[in-house]
Amino acid sequence: MAERIFEIPLYPYRRSRDQDASAPVRHPVVVVGAGPVGLAAAIDLALQDVPVVVLDDNEKVSFGSRAICFAKRPLEILDRLGCGEEMAAKGVQWDTGKVFCRDHEIYAFRLLEEEGHKFPAFINLQQYHLERYLVERLRALQAEGKPVDLRGKNKVDAIGRHEDHVTLEITTPEGPYNLEAEWLIACDGANSSMRRMLGIDFVGQVFEDNFLIADVVMEADFPSERWFWFDPPFNPEQSALLHKQPDNLWRIDFQLGWDIDREKELRPENIDRRLRAMLGDDIEYELEWSSIYTFQCRRMEKFRHGRVLFAGDAAHQVSPFGARGANSGFQDTDNLVWKLKLVLEGHAPEALLESYNEERVMAADENILNSTRSTDFITPKSETSRIFRDAVLDLAAHHDFARPLINTGRLSVPATYDGSALNGPDADGLPRALRPGAPAVDAPLKEGWLLERLGNRFQLLAIGTAAEKGLELGGVEIETIHLSPDESPELAARYLGDAQSAVYLLRPDQHVAARWRAFDRRAVLEALARATAQGEA
Amino acid sequence: MAKLETSPNIPAADEFFAALLAAHEGLSKEESDALNARLILILANHLGDMEVLEEALKIARNPGAASG
Repeated sequence: MAERIFEIPLYPYRRSRDQDASAPVRHPVVVVGAGPVGLAAAIDLALQDVPVVVLDDNEKVSFGSRAICFAKRPLEILDRLGCGEEMAAKGVQWDTGKVFCRDHEIYAFRLLEEEGHKFPAFINLQQYHLERYLVERLRALQAEGKPVDLRGKNKVDAIGRHEDHVTLEITTPEGPYNLEAEWLIACDGANSSMRRMLGIDFVGQVFEDNFLIADVVMEADFPSERWFWFDPPFNPEQSALLHKQPDNLWRIDFQLGWDIDREKELRPENIDRRLRAMLGDDIEYELEWSSIYTFQCRRMEKFRHGRVLFAGDAAHQVSPFGARGANSGFQDTDNLVWKLKLVLEGHAPEALLESYNEERVMAADENILNSTRSTDFITPKSETSRIFRDAVLDLAAHHDFARPLINTGRLSVPATYDGSALNGPDADGLPRALRPGAPAVDAPLKEGWLLERLGNRFQLLAIGTAAEKGLELGGVEIETIHLSPDESPELAARYLGDAQSAVYLLRPDQHVAARWRAFDRRAVLEALARATAQGEA
Repeated sequence: MAKLETSPNIPAADEFFAALLAAHEGLSKEESDALNARLILILANHLGDMEVLEEALKIARNPGAASG
């Protein structure tokens, strides 16, 4: 077998000058963990010219495909970071799901793909490809002179918290050294060692179930669809999932139940027996990766602990159903990085970072709720739950009404930060989907896409009306963008609805801060003050 | 304000009750449980109103509680 991408060191250890310094060097931001979330954080910071060091105890991309389903919003975030297009091009797009029960298909559904978005609703892409693109993007930024440093085989052994910085004790293949960070972003995954070193609880609900992942390379003529089985003949009483990834790689998930012998289930001959029962005896395949996972739904009580900020799986963990893990991690750092930049520059008080906690805890709760519900459907916890689950499946085969009750994962959509302290006023008569707290929705323009014009700074989007240019408050500048409603029917429908004009104040993460029917200088500056927590201690 | 109809609303009460029992005739406990579950889902979909459904769930869980 050829060497697989996840076996090749991608960011091998190199000695850093910091290791030869006489006293620990202090960096504005250190990111711990070079997984998808840590890399996205580092790229975002580098793009904003905030110096950042990324530490990882490994030097390779993730072992095996792991997260494979990436949703529209994370792709839009990755596009803002400069690597969304490559990922979407490489990924497998799919829009049809099929649900089977026992030996028959119950129904097929199409994801209602709304026209007029740069990115599709979902792509499937192996996490190792995604991480490779992120590392390539980081390298390209480095080559442009952006202040980012990715250090492989740099293991953090100890962390000390202080009033205005964090100290880190790091081990490398060439011995230990110490670093200091004004801010630390912990993106070191569900088993976060940062969290453990700080002694912070991570409590939640354990689901008593095991799932076997088998990633197989095969020439198969299954379509690019997501197939989900309840109680199939090849895995009785349990569920199974088939999903296509690029490079003829297929993700197959077998639910195993709670009382299993992991070592025995992972033996190649047992995996082979399961695969042949499912796919037929004459199938030729190569097993790329297999793993057994269990999961929990849980989160930290707070994502900010002084100068340490937790993001991604380190802060919250969900079941895999609905693709809410990595997808929500990207939204964490999307939310965090602009706030951290303003605080580092002295343009916003530290209080702004409390809104990271507030907004992303809200999003994590939404993800945990949705993924818990999916899990309760797939793995009924009581006899009565199972009776109702099976009743839904029996009815759904013959009656449309029962189909929305089938829950094999409600696919990830971004959170709207309703009630956030950063939200300013809303205006009557504008579409509800774009209320304050909501992420901007894409729309085609005469040239390119709306979201390509948005992000990385505060912006005032004036549609069908005029707004002042060059507004500024406490060092935070607003870029004004004028667009005609004639740019596209989608732009008019999504941002104006029945109104003739609108003015949106957008945050650097493309979320709506406030909106009005017409420009009002004082109201805009008040909303900017609120969205940057200016005036708060 | 209560939206759930809790005063008598089935004109042929005896016929309905007989039909309900008849639907279960000859079924095992397991089959009856499945029928009941299907029936609840069918009726809930017909009602469709979350407020009504929540009131119904509350009364079903605790018949002695005041309705509404």
